[in-house]
Amino acid sequence: MIIELGHFLLALALSLSIFQFLVPAVGVKFNYHSMMKSTSIISYMSFILVLFSFLSLVYAYITSDFSVSLVAKNSHSLKPLLYKISGVWGNHEGSLLLWVLILTFYSVAVAILGRRLPLKLLSLVLSCQGLIAVAFISFILFTSNPFVRIFFPNAEGEGFNPILQDFGLAIHPPFLYLGYVGLSVTFSFSIAALLVGKVDTIWVKWVRPWTLIAWVFLTIGIALGSWWAYRELGWGGWWFWDPVENASFMPWLVATALLHSSIVAEKRDTLKAWTILLAIIAFSFCLLGTFIVRSGVLVSVHAFASDPSRGLYILLLLVFFTGGGLVLFAKRAPYLKSGSLFKPLSREGALVINNIIFASAAATVLLGTLYPIFIDAINNSKVSVGPPYFEAVFIPLMVPAILLCAFSPMLSWKRAIIDNIIERIIAVFICSLFLASLIIIIHGGSASAFLGLFLAFWLICGTLYEFLIKVGVKSSFKTFIQRALNLPRSAYGMSVAHIGVAIFIIGVTVSGAWRIDIEKPIILGEKIIVKDIELTFKNIKKVEGPNWNADRGEFEIITSNGAKHFLYPERRFYPASQVNTSEPAIMSGIFSDLYIVLGESLQEEDSFAFRIYYSPFISWIWFGILLMAVGGILSLSDRKHRLGYGLKQV
Amino acid sequence: MKNKLKYFYSYTPLIVFLILVLFFARQLILKEDPSELPSVLIDEKFPSIILSELEGYKVFSNKNLINANGPSLVNIWSSWCVPCKVEHEYLMSMSNNDNIIIYGINYKDNKAEALKVLDLNGNPFYAIGADQDGMQSINLGVYGVPETFIIDRDGNIRYRHVGPILEYDMEKIILPIINKIKQERL
Repeated sequence: MIIELGHFLLALALSLSIFQFLVPAVGVKFNYHSMMKSTSIISYMSFILVLFSFLSLVYAYITSDFSVSLVAKNSHSLKPLLYKISGVWGNHEGSLLLWVLILTFYSVAVAILGRRLPLKLLSLVLSCQGLIAVAFISFILFTSNPFVRIFFPNAEGEGFNPILQDFGLAIHPPFLYLGYVGLSVTFSFSIAALLVGKVDTIWVKWVRPWTLIAWVFLTIGIALGSWWAYRELGWGGWWFWDPVENASFMPWLVATALLHSSIVAEKRDTLKAWTILLAIIAFSFCLLGTFIVRSGVLVSVHAFASDPSRGLYILLLLVFFTGGGLVLFAKRAPYLKSGSLFKPLSREGALVINNIIFASAAATVLLGTLYPIFIDAINNSKVSVGPPYFEAVFIPLMVPAILLCAFSPMLSWKRAIIDNIIERIIAVFICSLFLASLIIIIHGGSASAFLGLFLAFWLICGTLYEFLIKVGVKSSFKTFIQRALNLPRSAYGMSVAHIGVAIFIIGVTVSGAWRIDIEKPIILGEKIIVKDIELTFKNIKKVEGPNWNADRGEFEIITSNGAKHFLYPERRFYPASQVNTSEPAIMSGIFSDLYIVLGESLQEEDSFAFRIYYSPFISWIWFGILLMAVGGILSLSDRKHRLGYGLKQV
Repeated sequence: MKNKLKYFYSYTPLIVFLILVLFFARQLILKEDPSELPSVLIDEKFPSIILSELEGYKVFSNKNLINANGPSLVNIWSSWCVPCKVEHEYLMSMSNNDNIIIYGINYKDNKAEALKVLDLNGNPFYAIGADQDGMQSINLGVYGVPETFIIDRDGNIRYRHVGPILEYDMEKIILPIINKIKQERL
């Protein structure tokens, strides 16, 4: 009964969304203020309906109602509660419902926080959000309905892809979607701006925080996904350049470019058409990501649910929104007033280069991801593009971006004089060269390790130096503290995010260059020494979990300082889905991770295939990404970015 | 003039996007399965591999494939592989009902377990070779079990099937190719 109610509420939400699209559009066209004003209320109602519809599905999962087809296929009565709930979005239909829930939530946020926006602009934004909701709700109702019943329910349910049964992954989709859908808001703002034909300061002041919100969520979402891949896939790797990973990475790259271009648009009133274009492209990449993940046009280890007929619908959505946005852009952009001019050597110039680099990076990832499709179309042969391509193309692109990142905040707006900063650049250069060489001389390492370390130190030194200059190096301690406290939070945000990038680079470089891999059979009782850590294979036994049984190995670890730890790598078998998974045991530390994977049992008694990875500094990768997100949050908390700030006067 | 140029440039993102869409549409409409993996070994001689004995069964070696009387299948399987168990029934059917010679490569398996499976479910194989460490199967480009190769009279690989052979695969893919090979040179 409750599930039918949920179904009905979603259908009702569809009709409300049609109103949310039409009412403000008609209102703007004929200048009916009452119609424009009523849009907010429609968006509240639509959100409440979708929320209850979503909750009804959650209820079906919690109570394990296997007469609902989706629950029967993706859940199991023995599953822990957390994974029953996360099972709601662990599949195509439910994840789309979550998508729509977040979309309507953002519409409500825009409606509430945007009360002081010009009514016409707000109405157009909500109208556009309404249209996106119409498209996605009808996609759910007509092609991927989560509320379908089956007539002969199974008592247990068919389970759930066990590899997805992980805490990191349970909360990964909501974060990713909060990011993806957040970009729909900037998209709607861009469309509204193009329709109004005016991009003013108010508009930019609004787009900046929304981009930040989406970017922060996207960053955390990607970090969670990568963290999951590291812990679950059992290869000790953290990024695989898989189409599905790229699908979330491309919007991130474009959103990063958008973040930086909107600074220029806000501070210098220029690059406005470009910012609008980036906002359209960023959302298009989100739709494209959905298309790649859901249509099965590309092979991916993550393709859990794909269906070509749905692919066609998503392609039509993509054509409609992106195509429509770009047509509007092509018609209106030339008439937008171009802003103030600047010299190539200036903060604006540096940010433009940042944008070019990030846009090209997104384009290279797109090319690599779609290359199999192009080649298949051109000469009918199958290829797959793997990490070597991406590493060869992506890393060289990012090097100039990092070089630029350290000193572009030192450049002044409009026109910078190189003589003023050349000394600082040389100081930073010598300092980072010295530090990187020191580490390479002590530990030995390849040229690429040196380059990575140099870039990281360059960025850290440059960012710290710039920060010190801002608060004044030569001033007394008291004024130093005073000025540090008075700095806007967005300045801290930038510094923290850039330091985060540096820490990320350190993690990537060090874990790649000094990683130790051991793959060999180990006999019970055998002792192995990795670096300065002693491992002893103590025991192996059978254990039972809630919906799996497993072989669990026991390792005694003695670290160089004599501390004793135990690690328990498992090889699990899920009878419900007849799947084997390996649960690596990981000893995570600040400076190194020890990663043990239990493989198959071998011919001789008591001998098992093991893979052991020693990865120094690998946790710095996620710590760095987290710092970037913290930087974004700091920047978001800045007074002048608070939504609606400074609009009273207008 | 300058304005006209600007007007033109603003269309470029749209044009690039539409070209992309054409590629997507083609991929969707063709509905090809991108996970289909053609082997580089197609129309090549079956690579030479050395396999060990599974007690009580004839050992499969390359010699079996040279100067064969008809087409044959080489099936890579394991006792620990669940899809192989599903496939087993169809291998039995092809071996018994269609008189097709099937050779087995027992991949990365425990011999006792493998023998147990054959005792329990029947033996569809004319000869079996064991590849205990999986090193020999690398020459075949095997990356997962089960996989099946169709070999013609001259010992050339004609088709590679990845994943279990189910009823559909047997009726619509494997048997038609076998019949085609049978009709060659008749």
